[in-house]
Amino acid sequence: MMIERRPILDFFAHAILLAGVAVIAFPVYLAFIASTQSAEQIASSHPLSLLPGNHLLDTYRLALFGGKTYGGATIAAGWPMMWVSLVMALAITIGKIAISLLSAFAIVYFRFPFKRAVFWMIFITLMLPVEVRIGPTYEVIANLGLLNSYAGLTVPLIASATATFLFRQFFLSVPDELVEAARIDGAGPMRFFFDVLLPLSKTSIAALFVIQFIYGWNQYLWPLMVTTSEDMYPIVLGIKRAIFGEVYIEWNVVMATAILAMLPPALVVILMQKWFVKGLVDTEK
Amino acid sequence: MEKRVLFKSPWLPWVLVAPQLAIVLVFFFWPAGQALYQSVLQEDAFGTSREFVGWENFQRLFSDESYLASFKTTALFSALVAVSSMSLALLLAVMANRVVRLAGVYKTLLIWPYAVAPVVAGVLWLMLFASPYGVIAYALQALGLPWNHLLDANHAMALIVMAAAWKQISYNFLFFLAGLQSIPQSLIEAAALDGASPWRRFWTIVFPLLAPTTFFLLVMNVIYAFFDTFGTVDAATHGGPGKETSILVYKVYYDGFKALDMGGSAAQSVVLMLIVIALTVVQFRFVERKIEY
Repeated sequence: MMIERRPILDFFAHAILLAGVAVIAFPVYLAFIASTQSAEQIASSHPLSLLPGNHLLDTYRLALFGGKTYGGATIAAGWPMMWVSLVMALAITIGKIAISLLSAFAIVYFRFPFKRAVFWMIFITLMLPVEVRIGPTYEVIANLGLLNSYAGLTVPLIASATATFLFRQFFLSVPDELVEAARIDGAGPMRFFFDVLLPLSKTSIAALFVIQFIYGWNQYLWPLMVTTSEDMYPIVLGIKRAIFGEVYIEWNVVMATAILAMLPPALVVILMQKWFVKGLVDTEK
Repeated sequence: MEKRVLFKSPWLPWVLVAPQLAIVLVFFFWPAGQALYQSVLQEDAFGTSREFVGWENFQRLFSDESYLASFKTTALFSALVAVSSMSLALLLAVMANRVVRLAGVYKTLLIWPYAVAPVVAGVLWLMLFASPYGVIAYALQALGLPWNHLLDANHAMALIVMAAAWKQISYNFLFFLAGLQSIPQSLIEAAALDGASPWRRFWTIVFPLLAPTTFFLLVMNVIYAFFDTFGTVDAATHGGPGKETSILVYKVYYDGFKALDMGGSAAQSVVLMLIVIALTVVQFRFVERKIEY
């Protein structure tokens, strides 16, 4: 490592890092604190207490299963919304990975007419995130009768050049000898794809899975537009519903819902950290 | 770049690209074409009549004070988000690159906000500044700095900048750390032998060598601030007070879906597409250079 030792600088580095970790964690810590208190405790405290209260179970029960609060407000159950989020995130992730694997395989391992045109048609979609084409995409979904459906929620978000490019890069790095060997063994293209290419792509698939799961779980603007029926709301939309449209915000339940909404993707990042970092770096190349 | 060995089939490659091509055609090219088409039409609010108006929607857009103001708001917002979150991330990355012990633990504790949805980030920071419960609002009040993001446009801007930058630190940190770890240790050791202080080594060797990473992150942060912060703004300020924090993406949504001005909203979509294309071109020219580098 360093050829010099400077204990003071090392101490300084640890101090900065600890301060950074604390600042980063602070908003979430406070959200957790708020979720352990009752709405009355929060309303009567200026400012919010920095120590946990004793209503943890009550608040999370309300946030998960819904019901009436002491103040008389009705809280919608959170777990069906988490289920919608999970289905949406998995559909987007698996859909993206599946169609991208196939199209990248075609683009790398076949020669066919208009290949360059196909390549560029996929490539150009890199430049059009759903946010810049929301209005017209919404109309397409409405015309197809897909409002308030999982198909409407996920399919427009499935097409992504990012995943196709990642797999293309990876396939190009696979040695040609493997194809030759497969051919000598008499294996056709699909046999080669399933028996050789897919097992080799495991790491890339895992890395992409982590990134796309987070992307899918955290979608907000698109579900806000295509869902009007409450049973199709993902959890991040549930938070908005709890804040706006209520005369009196039950901050404890809002914060419990926020914690529930961030828990699954945060666990994915922490538990699959190696793949997360790989996915982030690879998809941006 | 091509493979030497290719499979041959007249139909199989088309079957393989068909699913992606179908989705791309239906959900990218059709809507993008619609946006272009609608941007030259004027439609009444009930959708009963349409007429061709040429550039009129664009002329109307660029003579609209609120649109120009939204451009300025977005520019200021993305500059503040990029600078604040990148500088904090760089500081943390340099420190994490220095410590040997606990480096992995720090990394884990710094990267998880990447998983937090933009709208959740907005809600978390809103609670810190909401009166009268907000801890930071209260602390500021105690210091004689009354906080009110519902009335003060600067406060509202500061609120969404903090929420958006907070979430982006993790991303910038990871890329800066990777950049720092790829700098040859021998260069730094040589400078240390010549008696350069850590401070001087950072500014004369490390920082210039990080330039490609910094530039890449700058573009990514601007894209993030432009397009991924709708939820943050929607939760924290609702674009207010007035329209003071109504960034471009928020305005497209608001004009199209709340104010039902489809032609104007489509014209805004077209402008946004041009911005993304410009940013992507900048990014790719840079990527090409990085390969030579």
